[in-house]
Amino acid sequence: MSEQVLDPVRARPQARSRVAWRHAAWRQYRLERKMFWRNPSAAFFNFVLPLVFLALFGAIFADQQDDLEVIVPGIAGLSVMSTTFSALAMNLTYLRESGVLKRIHGTPLPTSAYLAGIAGNAITNTAQQVTLITIAGSVVFGLDWPHEWFALFVFVVLGVACFASLGVALSHAIPNFDSAPAYVNAVFLPVIFISGVFYDEDNAPEFLRWIAEALPLKHLIDGLSGAMVSGEGLVDNAPGLLVLALWTVLGVVLAIRGFSWDARRG
Amino acid sequence: MPADVAIEVEDLRKDYGSHHAVRGISFTVRRGEVFGLLGPNGAGKTTTVEILEGFRERTHGRVAVLGMDPGPRPVALRERIGIVLQSSGLYRHLTVREAVSHWSGLYHAPRDVEETIALSGLDAAAEQRTRTLSGGQQRRLDFALALIGDPELVFLDEPTTGFDPAARRQAWDTVRSLQDLGKTVLLTTHYLDEAQALADRVAIIKNGAILAEGPPGELGSATRRYRVAWRDADGVAHERETEDPTPLLHELTGAALTRGEAVRDLSVAQPTLEDVYLELTAEAAE
Repeated sequence: MSEQVLDPVRARPQARSRVAWRHAAWRQYRLERKMFWRNPSAAFFNFVLPLVFLALFGAIFADQQDDLEVIVPGIAGLSVMSTTFSALAMNLTYLRESGVLKRIHGTPLPTSAYLAGIAGNAITNTAQQVTLITIAGSVVFGLDWPHEWFALFVFVVLGVACFASLGVALSHAIPNFDSAPAYVNAVFLPVIFISGVFYDEDNAPEFLRWIAEALPLKHLIDGLSGAMVSGEGLVDNAPGLLVLALWTVLGVVLAIRGFSWDARRG
Repeated sequence: MPADVAIEVEDLRKDYGSHHAVRGISFTVRRGEVFGLLGPNGAGKTTTVEILEGFRERTHGRVAVLGMDPGPRPVALRERIGIVLQSSGLYRHLTVREAVSHWSGLYHAPRDVEETIALSGLDAAAEQRTRTLSGGQQRRLDFALALIGDPELVFLDEPTTGFDPAARRQAWDTVRSLQDLGKTVLLTTHYLDEAQALADRVAIIKNGAILAEGPPGELGSATRRYRVAWRDADGVAHERETEDPTPLLHELTGAALTRGEAVRDLSVAQPTLEDVYLELTAEAAE
């Protein structure tokens, strides 16, 4: 009976293998989804609020096609930023300061599988939002269906990578959870106002346009707008892609370099 | 490292800049033993334990935990240790059962979820969200999450700090049940009674150095003095320390009998761990 000899339980601890990476990441992802829906504040800011914005601004500009063509991709860009940048900065600050990160760090769970689960949760929220906004734009507000699906996909993916890494990087600068909303919104609110979420940024004063030009959100919205409204592909928005890519590189470097599992006490 | 040794620490040092948090300590924890690191706040207990857990890097010295160097945090080691941190957060929106069940999936050969919940005394709270738990119940969940991987070695960093007496007793019972399961336990505490009640051996640590080490009952024997206290006929309290209380007692009781008086409130006490602890830590402070 050779099976008995190979019984892994009998062979431990020498042959104690580890939990497969994909199982660990998948379990973490499912857990994050479950907790997301149980957390009223996370569900509101990441799911309800962008849709409320869309409904309100859509109602205000109901018959003005030009304005709707600014608002719908603008809100899509806002959703990408709020579901990744804001959500991750807040979430990781809480997890770090409350000691959840450190507790997890003491288990066999691979760091990469844990972060994949957290990122997967944020990406799911982004995908849900962009999908709902795209559908609402066509079905409710009468815009055309997106002209460039591939460009839409690429910009959403790059936007997620960019704002997710910047959100993780920002969490390193936040000293405690009480101040997290202030830090996050001190960045988020000015950026969405100058980047043309709610109006055509060509109407803004020049110095604000230059600032917006240097930041990633305007380029994400331009890319989304090109793909959804005006039919511009990746080539047309190549400079915007480059700016997004540069911010992504910066975000990833800062996110990795400053990462701390431990709360900042004292 | 012999097979019956769980932790071996040799000349461990940890500096933070010019501050020497741990100044060359050595100790050995045998398998199946509850070993207590006893000392005041800031003595270097947590620094030491977190180096053994793999959370901090050491400046100098040799450390082996279950035969492995915890520095690079090998998965094989994390599979076999359980950690109760001084304070650590929980997923607020999960129930106790969901949290224990999720944690069981992090380990290759976990304990049974329901059995671990029962062992930690959380049956009644299994369906409660973790944010609604009392401080004592949260600590039980800390124990449950540290035990679910069926570790050979459990680290408990000040497991009862801030507890009311009833919750402390319950936590003590849980630690004793760990010992009954054959686990090795490294416990830090600044409570003397806790070290006395739980630890097989204690190392007293202060300013990053070990001042004394041994079973709690024998730590006093290094300075074997007796404290004799009594009250005379006028009600005045006396106290005297002596190496041998026999002649003193003879003299006291003899004199009292001669005068037809009683020696009131007479007590003869051996130095407790507390006396040794206070004496040692006071000397070190000077």
